[in-house]
Amino acid sequence: MADAHDVLHEPAWVRRTLIALAVLVMLALVVLPLAMVLAAAFAKGPGVWLAALREPDALAALNLTLFTAAIVIPVNAVFGLFAAWALARFEFRGKQVLLALIDLPFAVSPVVAGLCLVLLFGAQGWFAELLQRHDVRILFARPGIVLATLFITFPFVVRELLPLMQQQGHDEELAARSLGAGAWTMFRRITLPNIKWGLLYGVLLCSARAMGEFGAVSVVSGHIRGLTNTIPLHVEILYNEYNFVASFAVASLLAFLALVTLAAKGALEWRYGADLGARTRH
Amino acid sequence: MAFARGYRRPLPGFGISLGMGMAWLGVVVMLPLAALGVRAAGLGAAGWLRAIGDTRVQAALKLSFGAALVAALLAALAGALVAWVVVRYRFPGRRLLDALVDLPFALPTAVAGIALTAIYSANGWVGRWLEPQGLKIAYAPAGIVIALVFIGLPFAVRTLQPVLETLGRDQEEAAASLGASRTTTLRRVILPELLPAMLTGFSLAFARALGEYGSVIFIAGNLPFKTEIAPLLITIRLEEYDYDGAVAIAALLLAASFACLLAINAIPLMFQHGKRTDG
Repeated sequence: MADAHDVLHEPAWVRRTLIALAVLVMLALVVLPLAMVLAAAFAKGPGVWLAALREPDALAALNLTLFTAAIVIPVNAVFGLFAAWALARFEFRGKQVLLALIDLPFAVSPVVAGLCLVLLFGAQGWFAELLQRHDVRILFARPGIVLATLFITFPFVVRELLPLMQQQGHDEELAARSLGAGAWTMFRRITLPNIKWGLLYGVLLCSARAMGEFGAVSVVSGHIRGLTNTIPLHVEILYNEYNFVASFAVASLLAFLALVTLAAKGALEWRYGADLGARTRH
Repeated sequence: MAFARGYRRPLPGFGISLGMGMAWLGVVVMLPLAALGVRAAGLGAAGWLRAIGDTRVQAALKLSFGAALVAALLAALAGALVAWVVVRYRFPGRRLLDALVDLPFALPTAVAGIALTAIYSANGWVGRWLEPQGLKIAYAPAGIVIALVFIGLPFAVRTLQPVLETLGRDQEEAAASLGASRTTTLRRVILPELLPAMLTGFSLAFARALGEYGSVIFIAGNLPFKTEIAPLLITIRLEEYDYDGAVAIAALLLAASFACLLAINAIPLMFQHGKRTDG
């Protein structure tokens, strides 16, 4: 028994070395940058930190970031629900292609996504004339920022719901239908309660990306201070002006947001892990 | 599978859910990508030759592909180490280590970028020790690679972790009972099982690294021909109103993204096939 145990495990010194190496990698690669943000943000004390956050341009950026998230998250959640329902509950031609296309925004460079929107809505774009005639601005204005963020965060909710719904199967929904439940009753009483924690998980990932998106938004925003700057863009502007303390102070806000996201994600996995499906990890 | 075509579907909402899903995909994702595709196709041979013949573009593409390749390899190795330790060993702080793996995903890229730059610049926490040794990381290709490893790490760990968790001990026990040493078991039994997931994680990390912008532009230094990545050159061409130049680089990056997605979808099939023919 003791022998069998030994050949199934690495020697203790190997185990300890590997654990130490893994901890070292995570400390150097992940913990150090987080500590750097917090240290630099509070380098001149909490007063300076607070002042950087209460500055009008920072507040305008915060406002725009929350505005964008308030549109992007519900839209992607609702349409993600529709798409997940079609993909998880029905078989149809071209399903594999549709699945691959949904993953595209994960692989496309944010800058390329931004450029695509410029080609649609820019001065030489497909819709340039139409927009000019109706005096609508999309590029260098809020709609462009919303569209860029929609593109980037598109797959999160579907990708979270799909494996969960596939794993749960459709037995309960079929039972509800055979007992005479209407479509809406079935969705409200069976489907939604079954997937609510998975949905929340997807929304959490979606909102973290939505508020932190930089590359795509940077291309379409035009960087107009107080008007089309999101929080991440404001961090960049302050940094390029060598206003490091203010830049890190605003960045620390995003770092706190990331920590809250991680904590909420961990809590969901720990408390409702079974309801999140086998593939809880993106 | 459950419903043959032609039967009345017992569950409601097929038409509306597929329609809404397709419309949403079409407007948000496919229409913008189509604009790029059409514009790239319209460049013609002369336009492409001009864009690709530009040595600055060549240097940027070479740097982007090279740095992404090195970073994805490093991320796959570091990811394998972290995933192995988190799944197989029990030690204090294990759950915290597991939770921290997702930080690069949750932390906005611009924040990561300025933090890494501050750490590795000449008077930073790490840079002040390395620069006197002649090791320049910030404003050099090494800094780009570090930023990209940071970005790729969660993908490498999270694709490997579920496979490691479901990997039964039976085969290991069988190998051990047949007299295989621990290293032989690792090399001949465990590693082949993990290889598809490691390749998937590598491809995901590579795809992300190739297009990454926010975390890189601060630490890169952005010198043309030296530390200028391809996504940055797209934004520079746009600012110069050289739309064709920007479109050519973007189309190449997009093609590489497609290739990565194809590879990611093909990897499991490849290994399934191998298994079947082996018996």
